[in-house]
Amino acid sequence: MAALLIKNGFVYDPVNGVDGEKMDIAVSRGRIVEKVGAPHVIDASGMIVMPGGIDIHSHIVGAKVNSGRLLRPEDHYKDVERRTSVTRSGVGYSIPSTFTTGYRYSRMGWTTVMDPAMPPLKAKHTHEELNDTPMLDKGAYPLLGSNWFVLEYLRAKEFDECAAYVAWMMRATKGYAIKIVNPGGLEAWGFGRNVRDIDDPVPHFDITPREIVQGLCKVNKLLNLPHTIHVHTNNLGKPGNYATTLETLKCVEDFAVDTKPIIHLTHCQFSCFAGHDWRTFRSASDEVAEYVNAHNHATLDIGQITFTDTTTMTADGPFQFILYQITGNKWVNNDVEAETSSGIVPFQYKRKSYVHAIQWTIGLELALQIQDPWKLFLTTDHPNGGPFTSYPKIITWLMSHKARMEVLKKLNRKAQRKTLLPELDREYTLSEIAIATRAGQAKALSLADKGHLGIGADADIAIYNLNPKRTHLAKHPAAIQRAFSNAAYTIKNGEVVVKNGEVVKSVNGKTFWTDVQASPSLLEIQPELQKIFEEYYTVKYDNYIVPDHYLAQSAPIPVQAKV
Amino acid sequence: MTLTLQLKKTLTVPVDAGCISPDVVAGKPLREVAKLPVWEGNRKRNLSDVFDIRGESGPTCAKTAIRLVGALSKARRIGADMTDGLIEVRGDVGMHLGEKMRGGTVTVDGNADSWAGSEMEDGTIVVKKNAGDYIGAAYRGSARGMKGGTIVIHGNAGTEVGGNMRKGTIHIHGDVDQFVGIRMKNGAIIVHGAAKGRAGAFMTGGKLVLCNRVESVLPSFTVDSIKTKAKAAGESFDGPFYLFIGDLAEHGNGKLYVSKNRNPQLKHLEELL
Repeated sequence: MAALLIKNGFVYDPVNGVDGEKMDIAVSRGRIVEKVGAPHVIDASGMIVMPGGIDIHSHIVGAKVNSGRLLRPEDHYKDVERRTSVTRSGVGYSIPSTFTTGYRYSRMGWTTVMDPAMPPLKAKHTHEELNDTPMLDKGAYPLLGSNWFVLEYLRAKEFDECAAYVAWMMRATKGYAIKIVNPGGLEAWGFGRNVRDIDDPVPHFDITPREIVQGLCKVNKLLNLPHTIHVHTNNLGKPGNYATTLETLKCVEDFAVDTKPIIHLTHCQFSCFAGHDWRTFRSASDEVAEYVNAHNHATLDIGQITFTDTTTMTADGPFQFILYQITGNKWVNNDVEAETSSGIVPFQYKRKSYVHAIQWTIGLELALQIQDPWKLFLTTDHPNGGPFTSYPKIITWLMSHKARMEVLKKLNRKAQRKTLLPELDREYTLSEIAIATRAGQAKALSLADKGHLGIGADADIAIYNLNPKRTHLAKHPAAIQRAFSNAAYTIKNGEVVVKNGEVVKSVNGKTFWTDVQASPSLLEIQPELQKIFEEYYTVKYDNYIVPDHYLAQSAPIPVQAKV
Repeated sequence: MTLTLQLKKTLTVPVDAGCISPDVVAGKPLREVAKLPVWEGNRKRNLSDVFDIRGESGPTCAKTAIRLVGALSKARRIGADMTDGLIEVRGDVGMHLGEKMRGGTVTVDGNADSWAGSEMEDGTIVVKKNAGDYIGAAYRGSARGMKGGTIVIHGNAGTEVGGNMRKGTIHIHGDVDQFVGIRMKNGAIIVHGAAKGRAGAFMTGGKLVLCNRVESVLPSFTVDSIKTKAKAAGESFDGPFYLFIGDLAEHGNGKLYVSKNRNPQLKHLEELL
């Protein structure tokens, strides 16, 4: 692996306080180093250099994504990629095949992606697909918010035991963080019901979503997991749900110490709806942004929608049922034994629809009103709001008032009158974009070697052909979109993998998982677990666990628990 | 102006001939037309490797006619995406004829294979003999079928004629197999021959006129009345017809006309009227 020297680029590295200064970056053996001898020189003059992009929430692999692929042949034939000398062929626009997913992320300069919804029972499938997703480091969050064991431990207030179970679960599924989707609601969906709000008890379990979120937040702290709890709120996608969202954020307020975040609210656009029904539907971005600006215990990602034909998929079975009823489209509904549910419905976001237009404005209003860029990250909740390939377009909306207004004037008239967007003249700087797409996400995930370009960091670097000194970016959104769509160079682990938007080398990435070192006394739950497991599950305990060798490049992150 | 393509050899593997369209050849001199790419199996060939090319193409697609001669049952996607002009096939033709076409006319002397006129938006396709399955239907998985235009099949057609149809007209002068008009939302399908069962399954709108014998009517259709005539696509068809409404399993409001005289087995339904 040759040493690299990236010369004369405008470097954006917010973690190390570098804001567009012209400097050289040296790379050796997959790391960023002070200097190198006899390097291969990459001339980045007139270009911007950033850490490789990171996606904290993108449904790219697993049973649900694959069911989506099976459900939508029409999504495949409209977007076909041919094989090249280094890449495989692939298909799919909103749910591309695994290899294509890796190549497309890499072409945009992204190098790390997290799949946020892994039903533990489907962990093996998820890791099989992760193994086949090249170009990226990755990880997956097991779904624990409606898991029977978790619910029972939390009801009994056995937090240490619950922590032991979650630690075991991280190891068994090779998972990275605790994912909570519609806490309790997915369990209720097994009986055709849902929970109404954060204090509505889960049927048969006598526990409220509030207790689940608080309990898992405590467990997360006990275990010192690298990421916070990753929460998809109750009532997601329903008018008026912002009250539930605020309640969810408030319910863990007291657990915060210092300014360290303890909850991540994902795809918050879908959780910031006001109004009583779809007719009175409006944006609640003010209320939520105001709260987030005044508190430091939460991070968020947008879940921005784009006007396109996409596929919605979440573990939130009851929400997908509502979408199915609204659209009449084909629908997949699934119940994963004692763990979770899931649903898939193809969906088209339309400019002329009042609701869709308002959803588009909610995402951007949040991004522009939440002042601290370290609190809000760029996602589309791929593929729910649109495919990840629309990130360059969204970056232009964030960076350019002009670009936003051009879209806005084509939207539903009533929505145009209701939005705050024309008054919000904030325009993201490149440094803020670097935070929202890289540095902030690395910090939220505690990936210390990622998201920055300091000495010792992983050499995951993106170089974009965009000259901020020569081009007035806000006035030329097309230039931004062009540059971010096709990275001039993507460097993964010290190797040039993309050049001028073309993949020149296919590499495999690591799979991160959390290896919790807890006190041995906590292993005492195991025999009990095994016994209950035999009763609850259709698979054997031993077949359930994902062995280490199952991962192509296993990268355990050791964590010392407090219990 | 007419361009004549005479097949040079017997085709043993499928040929992707999407370039045979007035839109592609219009305004091109013969030597450029000769170099248009076609796929024969997994080999890329020039159009002139497969066809003898004579005549000339017009300056615009509206003024271009393409005449195809030979056994073309393995040549696929002829006339795909065409917007105007004429394609005349002397013989049989392969799958995906006029796929997604937006205008112009395609006529076939012989048989057409499956997917003729699939997802077409406008224009006319006329097939003198039989056609395969999925005529004017949506592609697999898609809910967007034919959006306009006319397809006329003088012979028989296979299953799922007009699947997911949204607008336009399909005339089948011969018989049709099962599931004619499946999931249709609008538009009209007129079948002059016999129809196998499950006509109009999942239909939510549009008109399906079956002028001859029908094996059975789905139980999710309700008999509404007896009509002396059926009006569809601006024409009137002599009855009498039983008019069914359905598919009720989909809360549908499609109109299914079934010939009364040819279907005495449905007489018992008259008690319900």
